[in-house]
Amino acid sequence: MSVTETQKIEELANREYKYGFVTEVEEDKLPKGLNEDIIRQLSEKKGEPDWMLEWRLKAYRHWLTMTEPHWPNVKYDPIDYQDISYYSAPKKKPKYNSLDEIDPAIRETYNKLGIPLEEQMMLAGVAVDAVFDSVSVATTFKDKLKELGIIFCSMSEAIKEHPDLIKKYLGSVVPYTDNFFAALNSAVFSDGSFVYVPKGVRCPMELSTYFRINASETGQFERTLIVADEGAYVSYLEGCTAPIRDENQLHAAVVELIALDNATIKYSTVQNWYPGDKEGKGGIYNFVTKRGLCKGVNSKISWTQVETGSAITWKYPSCILQGDNSIGEFYSVAVTNNYQQADTGTKMIHIGKNTKSTIVSKGISAGRSNNSYRGLVKIGKKAENARNFSQCDSLLIGDKCGAHTFPYLEINNPTAQVEHEATTSKIGEDQIFYLNQRGISKEDAVNLIVNGYVKEVLAELPMEFAVEAQKLLSISLEGSVG
Amino acid sequence: MLLEIKNLHASINGNEILKGIDLKVDFGEVHAIMGPNGSGKSTLASILAGREDYEITEGEIWYNGKNLLELAPEDRAREGLFLAFQYPVEIPGVSNTNLLKTAVNEIRKYRGEEELDAIEFLQLLKEKSKLVNLDEKFLSRSVNEGFSGGEKKRNEIFQMAVLNPKLAILDETDSGLDIDALRIVANGVNTLRSNENAIVVVTHYQRLLNYIIPDYVHVLYQGKIVKSGSKELALELEEKGYDWIKNQTEEVSA
Ligand SMILES: Nc1ncnc2c1ncn2[C@@H]1O[C@H](COP(=O)(O)OP(=O)(O)OP(=O)(O)O)[C@@H](O)[C@H]1O
Ligand SMILES: [Mg+2]
Repeated sequence: MSVTETQKIEELANREYKYGFVTEVEEDKLPKGLNEDIIRQLSEKKGEPDWMLEWRLKAYRHWLTMTEPHWPNVKYDPIDYQDISYYSAPKKKPKYNSLDEIDPAIRETYNKLGIPLEEQMMLAGVAVDAVFDSVSVATTFKDKLKELGIIFCSMSEAIKEHPDLIKKYLGSVVPYTDNFFAALNSAVFSDGSFVYVPKGVRCPMELSTYFRINASETGQFERTLIVADEGAYVSYLEGCTAPIRDENQLHAAVVELIALDNATIKYSTVQNWYPGDKEGKGGIYNFVTKRGLCKGVNSKISWTQVETGSAITWKYPSCILQGDNSIGEFYSVAVTNNYQQADTGTKMIHIGKNTKSTIVSKGISAGRSNNSYRGLVKIGKKAENARNFSQCDSLLIGDKCGAHTFPYLEINNPTAQVEHEATTSKIGEDQIFYLNQRGISKEDAVNLIVNGYVKEVLAELPMEFAVEAQKLLSISLEGSVG
Repeated sequence: MLLEIKNLHASINGNEILKGIDLKVDFGEVHAIMGPNGSGKSTLASILAGREDYEITEGEIWYNGKNLLELAPEDRAREGLFLAFQYPVEIPGVSNTNLLKTAVNEIRKYRGEEELDAIEFLQLLKEKSKLVNLDEKFLSRSVNEGFSGGEKKRNEIFQMAVLNPKLAILDETDSGLDIDALRIVANGVNTLRSNENAIVVVTHYQRLLNYIIPDYVHVLYQGKIVKSGSKELALELEEKGYDWIKNQTEEVSA
């Protein structure tokens, strides 16, 4: 690359975070720090039953015995867990009958974000359970879902209203012993979403939740649980944005999916949290545990993610293919720019017979960012005729960024068929020039190439989401080429 | 005058490649530029198209009343300048159709025209692909990816036909083409030819000039146009090679 181009990359790599603003809402907040007393207060504020408090305390005590993992290919300053406030909620928190009753400041925030919390939602057929910071402030479409017996509510509500389901499934896929951040989340999770789709029911709409981190220096510990009973189908969308902050914010969510016999769960994420400024200051630490259990025969879990935000992303949406003939899929686009770091990928654990998994990962690195794919394909002893196909591609923009691929294979059954393909390519100056020569600007040229590169993954997203994702990609890569 | 190059000097990494080029191209004209390998033909074409690697140390270029060197490469294209590359680059994941749709609409936007709708656009593609005998399956393939050498060249002419430029610069579009393809490509170029545009053909072979008959032939040697003439000059070169010109040039400079 020529000197002038390198300079231009630097000059132009200074887009501002479009969604950076702070909503002024009175907050109800716990003091900083973490101990049993804080957890008791948190549980009490949420009006939780005793068993839930006990569950949290058990997780907390276990967490105390663990140490923060440092194996991912990311670097950050040590996190002071005593310097975080573990609970914040908008003060006026009754449930609303209509959207008009919602605090205007909150609605304004949603409007700025372009979240269709109003009529458009109905037209788009999207039910939104909007989580504002930690407390659910608006839930729509509940009645329609109720008719079908579908439960779609906040985790807090589910703990009170559906304790049997929560006791049965919460922590059944990601136990608090699983890892450091999962233990922390289990101890202090603030809220999240719960979905239950009963036997034979096909959820007629995309379920969607927008998470927002708003309170300054409040770690977010979301907890999501989705259960698809026998023969059920559900497609769930998760999308996020967050305002500008100076301090790094920790986000350690846990998502658990359970698909019983013949059930299908499709989980799509567009993640656009604040990535930090162009010098690498601020931004969200996104340390997430997402795991799906294909518990029943012929069950299927499909993860699709478009990750453009966060200063550091560390997540591996995984599938445990326990049921015979079960299917796991992972489609991912991870973009890093400026000083962002991402270590992401998946784990496909084949346990049942004739299980199949597909991995399509598309990493895009620009600026001085670092993007790693880390994936495990494990074929268990009894997983006769297991099949996996993995495609891991990296695209580099400029010459100051990095892309790494860490594929791990553990095959314990000789009948397994495992295929792995990997490519690394670079958006070349001559490609950009060729497109310029056809009347296409540099930014559009990058978008054209990037959209071509990710189309296989975007095709897995629901239509409206795919359009949003495409916009996000171009915003994220603005100024990445001089 | 469509294009006027005055005393153009250009260098790359401190090496002077173009050493004072003067060239005028008027509407309706076809110019052929010939010359030995490494003489600076592609450099000249790249500079006209706006490649930023070169440093222009002296001279100016006027294009259709505008100072060309002040225009970004994409704006040059939008102003109707087209370069058929000597080595067209592969762009995986971007289909020919997608590239052309973006290109056509960006150009139209620049000119204050409405974007073409999908039907009009596909019609345009079909019509032009017939013109250069390009199988429609190439439309959905990624730009130049896995194309044979000749297919790449033909694809350049196809793109040219779709974009309908004012000034088309063809950099060795004939090399690598089989005899039939050569005729087809020449045909495509001749169909485009009108009093509202001009064509500059860079070539090593007189053969192409049998089909695309030039008004002027120039010989570029060591970064300078050392000889200009009519189409007969090409025949003469074919017969005698470049030595006599080299000798002449050396005599002059001696
Ligand atoms: N980056 C560079 N650094 C040094 N010299 C260069 C560079 N790029 C081009 N050149 C030189 O400039 C000269 C002109 O090259 P150019 O490609 O314009 O020749 P050409 O006339 O098109 O030749 P051909 O007929 O082989 O296509 C060559 O000697 C080439 O080596
Ligand atoms: Mg050349």
